[in-house]
Amino acid sequence: MELTTVWFGLIAVLWIGYFCLEGFDFGVGMLMPVLARDDTERRVLINTVGPVWDGNEVWVLVAGGATFAAFPEWYATLFSGFYLPLLLILLALIVRNLAFEYRGKRDEAAWRKRWDLALVVGSVVPALLWGVAFANIVRGVPINADKEFTGNLFTLLNPYALLGGLTTLLLFATHGAVFVSLKTDGEIRHRARALAVRVGLVAAVVAVVFLVWTQLATGSAGSAVAFVVAAAALVGGLLMASRGREGWAFIGTMVAIAAAVAGLFLALFPDVMPSSTRAAWSLTTTNASATHYTLTVMTWVAVVFTPLVLAYQSWTYWVFRKRIATRHIPGPAPMTPADRALLEQRPAGGPAAR
Amino acid sequence: MDALDIARWQFGIVTIYHFLFVPVTIGLSALVAVCETLWVRRRHQHWLRLTKFFGKLFLVNFAIGVATGIVQEFQFGMNWSDYSRFVGDIFGAPLAIEGLLAFFLESTFLGLWIFGWDRLSPRLHAACIWVVHIGTLLSAYFILAANSWMQHPVGYRYNPVTGRAELHDFAAVLFNKVQLVAFPHTILAAYMTGAAFMLGVALWLYVRRARTDDDRTLYRRAIRLSGWVLLAAGLGVAVSGDFSGKVMTEVQPMKMAAAEALYHTEQPASFSIFTIGSLNGTQEKFSVRVPDLLSFLATGDVHGKVTGVDELRARYQKTYGVDPGRTYYAAGGYVPVIPVTYWAFRLMIGLGVLAAAFAGLVLWRTRRGQVGIGRVWVWMAVALPLLPVLANSFGWLFTEMGRQPWAVFGLMTTARAVSPGVSSGEVLTSLVAYTLLYGVLAVVEIGLTLRVVRAGAVVVPEPLPVDDVDRPLVHAY
Repeated sequence: MELTTVWFGLIAVLWIGYFCLEGFDFGVGMLMPVLARDDTERRVLINTVGPVWDGNEVWVLVAGGATFAAFPEWYATLFSGFYLPLLLILLALIVRNLAFEYRGKRDEAAWRKRWDLALVVGSVVPALLWGVAFANIVRGVPINADKEFTGNLFTLLNPYALLGGLTTLLLFATHGAVFVSLKTDGEIRHRARALAVRVGLVAAVVAVVFLVWTQLATGSAGSAVAFVVAAAALVGGLLMASRGREGWAFIGTMVAIAAAVAGLFLALFPDVMPSSTRAAWSLTTTNASATHYTLTVMTWVAVVFTPLVLAYQSWTYWVFRKRIATRHIPGPAPMTPADRALLEQRPAGGPAAR
Repeated sequence: MDALDIARWQFGIVTIYHFLFVPVTIGLSALVAVCETLWVRRRHQHWLRLTKFFGKLFLVNFAIGVATGIVQEFQFGMNWSDYSRFVGDIFGAPLAIEGLLAFFLESTFLGLWIFGWDRLSPRLHAACIWVVHIGTLLSAYFILAANSWMQHPVGYRYNPVTGRAELHDFAAVLFNKVQLVAFPHTILAAYMTGAAFMLGVALWLYVRRARTDDDRTLYRRAIRLSGWVLLAAGLGVAVSGDFSGKVMTEVQPMKMAAAEALYHTEQPASFSIFTIGSLNGTQEKFSVRVPDLLSFLATGDVHGKVTGVDELRARYQKTYGVDPGRTYYAAGGYVPVIPVTYWAFRLMIGLGVLAAAFAGLVLWRTRRGQVGIGRVWVWMAVALPLLPVLANSFGWLFTEMGRQPWAVFGLMTTARAVSPGVSSGEVLTSLVAYTLLYGVLAVVEIGLTLRVVRAGAVVVPEPLPVDDVDRPLVHAY
């Protein structure tokens, strides 16, 4: 197989990884106002993704970097072309990142409320706009002979792309609700499961319309198979959720997202950014790629280090595998004088009490 | 202003802002790792308290460093798409490797460190923060390799068919001679930054907050640890900076000439501590000079010859043709903005030296159990964390502005690098959006930092491994 094809596949894998992982933490973020009744419950939700969201987000940074390295022309055209949506995504991710880290640093209702808003907006905006961006990539945008995007913001806001955005938004919301039902205990778990089924049904309808549209417009045999798998996995996942099989439900929504994204990439191949102006001006895996030497170097790096990354990321999920309930959320109260006195009685330098 | 000017301002603003926090976190992650290792070894409460306290400050800074780092990854494609097309074959690889090797490592193990107090054994937990620190070093290595290539392109071939620079020898890019001096220089400066942060905070707490002997001993430990690190790293920065100057003289002589505002070639050349005048080579009114010092900095020989701006400009015009960067700078081209390079170079060195000197003073006053720290030291405590932070910014201003009009030295001018399809309105929109958001975040970040500092290094319960599934988490957002 050509190395350019390998790297097209690897970039697809990175985006699949990103959407499968960050997809659920976007979902957790955007469902917070719906799922949580009070601050403790909000903290339960945030802490289900607390240790992992940052690692999930790195997938998009690596996807961006890999696109730069393997397909510089794709990176240049895409990022300069989709300028304003991308700006919105970046601003949203910035406030979202800080919301996680800063929200709990001050025990004041107004402070938390502001960061909660940042978390919700910071989750909704990228969840929607990534879908808009991918739909536009697959559909094709005006690109001239110099590989420059010649459209504007309104070129990108077409009905098909907006439907793509709605699809990712709803899929991630479903994925997030299922994740919450898998990772929490108590009342919130049941609420999340019920919500997952309801949102999931809407997501299924919208996704099927979007995927059928994609298949009719640009699909290939491969993408058709992937889309069927995606639809089946989503329906299966919802069925499992309604029966209380949260683990299987999560696998279902995960496979659905993975297969849908894989289908989009299969529909795209061998283009990486089709030109709607003239087919000959499309960016393809060959005319947008880096040199064979660079791809060889990058392939070795990926082959050696990707398994390592997957291993330690999986280990993190294992370490934090326990369900979280309201009883696990520590009170924000600092140490009482009694605690302090107790600690000071303990001889300094002595072994830790086990 | 056209799109190019705005894009340049944007690059300067978002990059300098990002790099206010990054060195703090590189340095603090190492210091927190040292504190936690000492706790694991000695089981003294103090080291746990310092770990948790400076760990919290580290996290406040790390969060904003990571958040603003996302922009860094994407802005090349957004604002500098012609640059990305031209150098992507070379420049993209270190960026992608940085993500795969460093970002995953940092983010995953930081999650384990923040939330793993009751999930991991103390040794494993301490190992996590060391891994985070190694992640920051790897990240620095690859991004500096990318930057060093812009200063001194190596390991590439220009392909006239594709019209771009193409990678030919990746090892040459990774072990670029500029990289081999820039990496230690930057990392040691980051250790200075982290240590100055810790020293400033500990001094302030020692003077203003310590009530008991126990507290005083606690902050004294932090003062001694960070003082030594700051002093040692400061010496390292000076040595690596000296090597850096010599490499720079070799590969970018214009930058060295611009650092001194040296218009006419001199042998030997003196170094001016400061100058009052126009710095355009004509109206020097007053100047304090150290004889032969510039010769030594540039060549390692007090009698060495240092080539001036005028001669270099003539030489560059012969090599590269008449000014390629439009008439972006002063007529004649190839000359960076001299007042900026001149003062940035001096402020970088001066502020760094001042920070190291403060460390020496503090170490002397607290030697052998002495207590030489009184109320007046509060001012030093406030100034200390800022000194290396500002020195870092001036250092990068110098090194990036000193390379102008080139984006990639000798290959591509900054004017040619900008995205042709992005309108000035779009760049302006993003510039305004980033600047406003970053401004608000700066206020939030500083407020939060001061709040954490004022609370001091409180007594913390020893973390226990979880045996009871119903017990509250030791740490939760």
